[in-house]
Amino acid sequence: MVAIDRPTTEQIWSWLGEVPDPEIPMVSVVDLGIVREVEWLEGEVGAQCVVTITPTYSGCPATEVIAQSIEQVLREHGIPVRLKNRISPAWTTDWISEAGRAKLRASGIAPPARKAGDVSVIDVSGLKRGREPAPAVVCPHCGSENTTVTSQFGSTACKALYRCTDCLEPFDYFKCH
Amino acid sequence: MLLDDKFEYLLRLGDNALILSQRLSQWCGKGPAFEEDMALTNTALDLIGQARMWLSYAGEVEDRGRDEDALAFLRDAHQFRNLLLLEQPNGDYAVTIARQFYFDTWHCLLLQELNKSADSRIAEIAEKALKEVRYHLRRSSDLVVRLGDGTAESQRRMQAALDDLWMYTGEMLTPDEQDELLAAQNIVPDPAILREPWLQYVGSVLRETKLTMPTGTWMQKGGKLGRHTEHLGYVLAEMQFLQRAYPGAKW
Repeated sequence: MVAIDRPTTEQIWSWLGEVPDPEIPMVSVVDLGIVREVEWLEGEVGAQCVVTITPTYSGCPATEVIAQSIEQVLREHGIPVRLKNRISPAWTTDWISEAGRAKLRASGIAPPARKAGDVSVIDVSGLKRGREPAPAVVCPHCGSENTTVTSQFGSTACKALYRCTDCLEPFDYFKCH
Repeated sequence: MLLDDKFEYLLRLGDNALILSQRLSQWCGKGPAFEEDMALTNTALDLIGQARMWLSYAGEVEDRGRDEDALAFLRDAHQFRNLLLLEQPNGDYAVTIARQFYFDTWHCLLLQELNKSADSRIAEIAEKALKEVRYHLRRSSDLVVRLGDGTAESQRRMQAALDDLWMYTGEMLTPDEQDELLAAQNIVPDPAILREPWLQYVGSVLRETKLTMPTGTWMQKGGKLGRHTEHLGYVLAEMQFLQRAYPGAKW
């Protein structure tokens, strides 16, 4: 390959910022915190851009499509790319960017209402019945906090179904995870 | 020998997730309510993802060229290591929920301990799975309470389901040689340490309702060693049909 100036990792991050999540296309894979790391590494066949991604849920069927989309976009920019999958630390909704949250809200999906708990510090004695007060989920349509859950699971693994008791609209809620 | 033990244990983890996932997916399109249908299939999806991670690792540990698909689709019933509880038929909704509740409680406790495993790959997969399983447990606990506190009929059915499946719970909490070997190396917890917290949690949920804790002490066992009830064969016949009829088929 001709030694052209290779794009900076900042440039690559910004290209990846335009790769939509296949199931929630209004946010990008960067907004969701799925892309964890971008680095140039010297391989046997020259420099390679290694992109580390993490799955949201173990069984999320979008994971493979995301990997393909990332490869495709970077190849279109002429970048030799290799993907690495990383499962620890486990993906959390805390990694969804502020921009991502705003985009979710704008498209009618309530973003996670609180921080996800740290699961790594609990042991066998810590199993308790979930009695913590449910966080107020704000209706993305009218801004009301008077909302109720209609289903703990929604159209994708990452969402639950809610309903606003003021404007009466149903909406998706991106669960804390 | 150590690798074989670890391989066997990874099969137990993977097969638990896989077989329960297959059972739950049999509800797809038949759930008693739309929301329940979605919840069961989403739970099944999480479990499939977990099964893939465990079985992939099992294949790597075994190092004989079998991947997750070969392990899932090309083993026969006696080579499966899942708990007997998980292959039991779906029954009515109370049976499905009782099975889920017993398992989720144990699964959550187990994963919390596996998250501290001396084997870093096991710890990582457990960390990932735990976040999902906690949500499963919250939901199955809620449903036990709702059915237990519902109508006389729902309460009767929920109690019957808890009683009927009780004899399949001993297997989760009783160590065998394999568990002990790996526990001695801090790779997995001794199942016996999960017993008290399991009883305590299950009891605490049932006490919120009019349901009573089953008291039988005679327990079924064998799944962990590949001795299954007649139900597993039917589950596999459905799950493996395509790869058996058209070996290597891809789409």
